[in-house]
Amino acid sequence: MLEIRNLHASVEGNEILKGIDLTVQPGEVHAIMGPNGSGKSTLARVLAGQEAYEVTAGQVLYDGKDLLEMDPEDRAREGVFMAFQYPVEIPGVGNTYFLKAALNAVRKHRGLHEMDAIEFLKMVRGKMKLVQMDETLLNRPVNEGFSGGEKKRNEIFHMAVLEPRLCILDETDSGLDIDALRIVADGVNALRAKDRSFLVITHYQRLLNYIVPDFVHVLVDGRFVRSGGKELALELEEKGYSWLEGMTPEQIAAQPVGA
Amino acid sequence: MQTTETSTIEQFAAQDYKFGFVTDVEQETFPPGLNEEVIARLSAKKGEPEWMLEWRLKAYRHWLTMSEPTWANVHYTPIDYQSISYYAGPKPKGSGPKSLEEVDPEILKTYEKLGIPLHERAILAGVAVDAVFDSVSVATTFKEKLAEVGIIFCSFSEAIRNHPELVQEYMGSVVPYTDNYFATLNAAVFSDGSFVYVPKGVRCPMELSTYFRINARNSGQFERTLIIADEGAYVSYLEGCTAPMRDENQLHAAVVELVARKDATIKYSTVQNWYPGDENGKGGIYNFVTKRGKCDGANAKISWTQVETGSAITWKYPSVILKGDHSVGEFYSVALTKGYQQADTGTKMIHIGKGTKSTIVSKGISAGHGQNTYRGSVRILKGADNARNFSQCDSMLIGDQCGAHTFPYIDVQNPTARMEHEATTSKIGEDQIFYCNQRGISTEDAVSMIVNGFCKEVFRELPMEFAVEAQKLLAVNLEGSVG
Ligand SMILES: Nc1ncnc2c1ncn2[C@@H]1O[C@H](COP(=O)(O)OP(=O)(O)OP(=O)(O)O)[C@@H](O)[C@H]1O
Ligand SMILES: [Mg+2]
Repeated sequence: MLEIRNLHASVEGNEILKGIDLTVQPGEVHAIMGPNGSGKSTLARVLAGQEAYEVTAGQVLYDGKDLLEMDPEDRAREGVFMAFQYPVEIPGVGNTYFLKAALNAVRKHRGLHEMDAIEFLKMVRGKMKLVQMDETLLNRPVNEGFSGGEKKRNEIFHMAVLEPRLCILDETDSGLDIDALRIVADGVNALRAKDRSFLVITHYQRLLNYIVPDFVHVLVDGRFVRSGGKELALELEEKGYSWLEGMTPEQIAAQPVGA
Repeated sequence: MQTTETSTIEQFAAQDYKFGFVTDVEQETFPPGLNEEVIARLSAKKGEPEWMLEWRLKAYRHWLTMSEPTWANVHYTPIDYQSISYYAGPKPKGSGPKSLEEVDPEILKTYEKLGIPLHERAILAGVAVDAVFDSVSVATTFKEKLAEVGIIFCSFSEAIRNHPELVQEYMGSVVPYTDNYFATLNAAVFSDGSFVYVPKGVRCPMELSTYFRINARNSGQFERTLIIADEGAYVSYLEGCTAPMRDENQLHAAVVELVARKDATIKYSTVQNWYPGDENGKGGIYNFVTKRGKCDGANAKISWTQVETGSAITWKYPSVILKGDHSVGEFYSVALTKGYQQADTGTKMIHIGKGTKSTIVSKGISAGHGQNTYRGSVRILKGADNARNFSQCDSMLIGDQCGAHTFPYIDVQNPTARMEHEATTSKIGEDQIFYCNQRGISTEDAVSMIVNGFCKEVFRELPMEFAVEAQKLLAVNLEGSVG
């Protein structure tokens, strides 16, 4: 599904990602953890194709295709979805209107007929239940004046509607209250499928109690310093990043996985 | 979004300026030049009564004493008023067309290309059309239906002939012939336009619409429109414009006067899409318009809504004189400038009566080298107790070679006035576009979506079909403005 090889990326001349390797198989959930500023969002944005980030070395294959060659909208149409850490407000543009335009762009690309308003609304109702979206949020402008938690929930709602194949969730849990966390996690779990993979960026083990990952990777200073199973997250929660940060990246990198 | 709007964009891209065609009609046109004799010939040509000619000549003599205004934030090569032809019209066949069948088929074809809903289309759309082709009105529909409820909807020339008492009472009562350089010129040489009278207590049963079109080379167009809503009447009037592709700049100096009596409401909506010039700024229409309404009685209401996407230069300030107590004035505007377009537009709200209220919502969008100026003035006169004004002026910049300028003038002479003013300038955000891209939406569609969202408060004021058209217009005009 996704294969990242030796990915280096910089922004405004500063190297942020310093050699990322990652392989994600269909149906897998990979959690990415790491301290603030370590490059988690940068990795997500590079995969989604944000222009400000320059890839200086490495390769990313998505379904065998060169992902980095594609425009961001084509990546989205091919099934790459990123739930933003900070969802963007678009004043005056209704959430449903926006989502219908998005869905039809995606459907058109996939050779499916474009949905009319009636068909779309019927489908949307089902998806709303999935994340228990408040009806009023449908008709309000995209993210405008949404609370932090509402914005995050809206991202998962978009994801549910667009049915992507690679879902990148950037700190979707931060800003959610306990109930909302549960609801969003249930929504994500409902979307787990054999041919759909997830990259879940989070600071908290708590989310991973609900969305149980197949793998956990720890990103420090632009590199994965540790990878393991779900128990790695527990260990991190207990010991903190300082447990890993006490060492130079070179030292960490030299350690055998699971040490 | 994808099918309809994208395909519309493609059509427009392929056609360049879609309405840039020239109709081949035998035309009778005055040679260029302006003097009293030309005005007398013009008046005679139109079979006008003596008082009309007198008024034109008074205006002309006054105009000779005036000089062109220089205060607007627009730049253009000086206009040679002697190089303009002041009369152009299709040659009359017999005494002129009495029905659509008698109208020159070439002209009918032009209307068809412009999408004017004549014939059954008009009936289906519920739109009455008073189409102005150059200087002569050639077709008016629904007149009979409107006449049943006592509404007069006809060309200005017809009104002069058939309703001289109304024309004499109201013409120049809102925009006097001495008002300003362009309005005075219009008073001297106005060609034709529309006239509406809605009698006491009548609610006009349909949206009234007129389409203007500049067709003859070098024939400046000087429309004159007068709309009167008598006590308790209601009327909504739509004006839409397109013009054919031209090399030379064409002057357009229209005058629109609105009179709303006690408890009456006039809604005046414009979608303006005149040829803006080529990508280097060559050609295009100069649009110097004077639009003003008077709330002449208690609880009268006048609402201007405009979407300005065309013209090389726009100089336009639809205004409201709030004379009646508790009268209401509104101005909702979207102005888009791109390429080398310049727009200096805004409004004037003059509060005279007690408890008068005005609302100004202006959205300026600049792309390319476009220069967009909002110039608005709100005056609260001494007797206007408890007057209120709300102004909101938002500018959006696309790219970094364009400009937005805001000049709000406020003159408050009554301490009980309440004034609110908000102004914002935003750049269309990379992050917004990326967010749309990430959901599969192309950059072009994202820009038009974001801009349409920005303009929503104004579009909401437009009649339904117009709102759709306006959104398409913006989408088409914004094409390629973000790289
Ligand atoms: N557009 C940008 N311009 C300048 N610096 C940037 C930009 N984007 C990211 N950076 C820098 O890159 C580094 C990595 O940022 P990134 O957002 O990827 O971190 P993160 O791991 O997601 O952190 P957090 O846990 O706080 O979300 C930070 O030092 C950040 O300041
Ligand atoms: Mg982050």
